[in-house]
Amino acid sequence: MNLHLKVWRQKNKNAKGKFVDYEAKDISTDTSFLEMLDVVNEELIKKGEEPIAFDHDCREGICGSCGMYINGRAHGPQVGAATCQLHMRSFKDGDTIVIEPWRAKAFPVIKDLVVDRSAFDRIMAAGGFISVNTGGAPDANALPIPKDVQESAIDAAACIGCGACVAACKNASSMLFVSAKVAHLARLPQGKPEREKRVMAMVAQMEEEGFGACTNTEACSAECPKEIPMDVIAQLRREYIRAFAKSEEKV
Amino acid sequence: MSGFFRFIDSSVGKKIVMALTGLFIILFLVEHLAGNLLLLLNDNGKIFEEYSAFMAGSLNIPVRIVEIGLFFFIIYHIVNGVRLWWGNRVARGFSYKVNDPSENSTFFSRFMIWGGTIVFIFLVIHLRTFFFPYRLGNPSNTMYEGAVEAFSNPYYSIFYIIALIFLAFHLVHGFQSAFQSLGIRYNKYTAIIKNFGIVFSILLCAGFALIPLYFLFNAGGN
Ligand code: FES
Repeated sequence: MNLHLKVWRQKNKNAKGKFVDYEAKDISTDTSFLEMLDVVNEELIKKGEEPIAFDHDCREGICGSCGMYINGRAHGPQVGAATCQLHMRSFKDGDTIVIEPWRAKAFPVIKDLVVDRSAFDRIMAAGGFISVNTGGAPDANALPIPKDVQESAIDAAACIGCGACVAACKNASSMLFVSAKVAHLARLPQGKPEREKRVMAMVAQMEEEGFGACTNTEACSAECPKEIPMDVIAQLRREYIRAFAKSEEKV
Repeated sequence: MSGFFRFIDSSVGKKIVMALTGLFIILFLVEHLAGNLLLLLNDNGKIFEEYSAFMAGSLNIPVRIVEIGLFFFIIYHIVNGVRLWWGNRVARGFSYKVNDPSENSTFFSRFMIWGGTIVFIFLVIHLRTFFFPYRLGNPSNTMYEGAVEAFSNPYYSIFYIIALIFLAFHLVHGFQSAFQSLGIRYNKYTAIIKNFGIVFSILLCAGFALIPLYFLFNAGGN
C-alpha cells in the first residue's frame, strides 16, 4: 500500500516545528506503524536527509515509549494498543496520515515526535513507591492478599506510563496515569504505610508539572493502550479526600 | 493558604467543589420546577402567588439562609468552572492539527463551558425578568401576570426553551460527573447513575419548558 504522511518535524526543543509531507511506498499491511516509519526513514537516510525522530524501545506494548498522535487519536485508531502494536492494516491504500507528537505543556517536544515525559518520573519520585527492607526474598505466603484484590491492583498496575491519557485529554490532564499508580499501591497492603502521603504528594507534583485538571470526559480511558478503567480516578479522589480528612494539619 | 483552602483549590478539590455546588443547584432546580408547575393550575395564579409569597417571606428564615447559600454556590460554581477551563486550556499549550475527540468522549463532556455560559446568560436575563422586579423592586403586577406577559412573547419563550436544551446538555454530563468527582464510582452503579442522570436531565428541562409552551399556546388559558 502507498500512503501520504504529514509528519511534525521540529529540530529541537526551542525550534519552531512544521509539518512535512512524505510518501510511504510499497508498505505491507502486515508491518507495524513503527516499521512503516523505519522504511520511510531508510529512504530519508539514503537521500541524505535527517530521519524522523520517534521514541520506541520494546515494540511490544510494554515500555510505553512509542506514543504519537496519529490522525487525531493517541496511538492511532486501534483500541487497546500502543503505536508499536498498531498495524498498517488499520489504514487504507492512499490514506493520508497526520502524525503529531503528544501535545501538552508538561510534555515539551524534544525533537520531531519525541516528547520529554520526565514529568511522569518526577510524579513517581514524589510518591509512587513503597518502602521495603532489602535482604532475602520474603515468604510468598507471609502476606495473604485475596485474589480479587490482587487482580484489581494488577489492572491498575498495567499502566505503562506512555502518556496517551495526557495526549488525548482535552485538558492535558495526567489524572489517569497518577490514579493508576495511586490505586495500584493503595489496593495492596504493601502500599498502606505511605498511603496518605503518596496521594497528596503525587497530586501536588502533577499540578506543579502543569498538567490540567480532570473533568471526567473519559477520553483517557478510551484511548489508553492498557484500557485502565475510570474507576481508578474515582479511587484517587477518595484517597485524596481521605488523606485530607486524616491529615494533622490545621483547618 | 491553610489546609482546607489548599484542598478545595487543588485540581481534585476544584472538581469536588464543582460537584457539590452543582448537586446543590440541581436540588434547587427540582424545588424550583415543583413550584413553577403551580403556574399551570389554571386558577389565574392563585396558588402560585401564595407559594411565591411564602417563599419570598422575609420571616421565612430557613429559605432566606438557603437563598444566600444558593447565590453564593452559583457564583462559586461559575468562577470555579471558568478557572478550571482556563487552566486546562493552558495545560494543552499547542493544539493538534488533527484531533478527533468524538472517538473517545461525549459531546456533552466537551461542551460544559459553552453550555454553562449559555445557561449563565439565560440566568442573568431570567433574574432580570422575574427575580429583581418582583423580589427587589416595586412590581406593578403579580408574578403570575408577569409570567403570562413574558411568555406570551414568542421570542422570549423560544429563548427560554433553547436555554433549557443547553441546561439539559450541561446536566447530562454534569450529573454523572459530579459522582465521579466525589469518588462515587463502583462498577455496579455506574450505568445506573449515568442513565438516571440522562433521564433526569431530560425530564427536568422538559418540565421547565412546559411553562413557556403552555403560555405561548394558551395565552393565559382564558
Ligand atoms: S515501543 Fe514499547 S510500548 Fe511501544
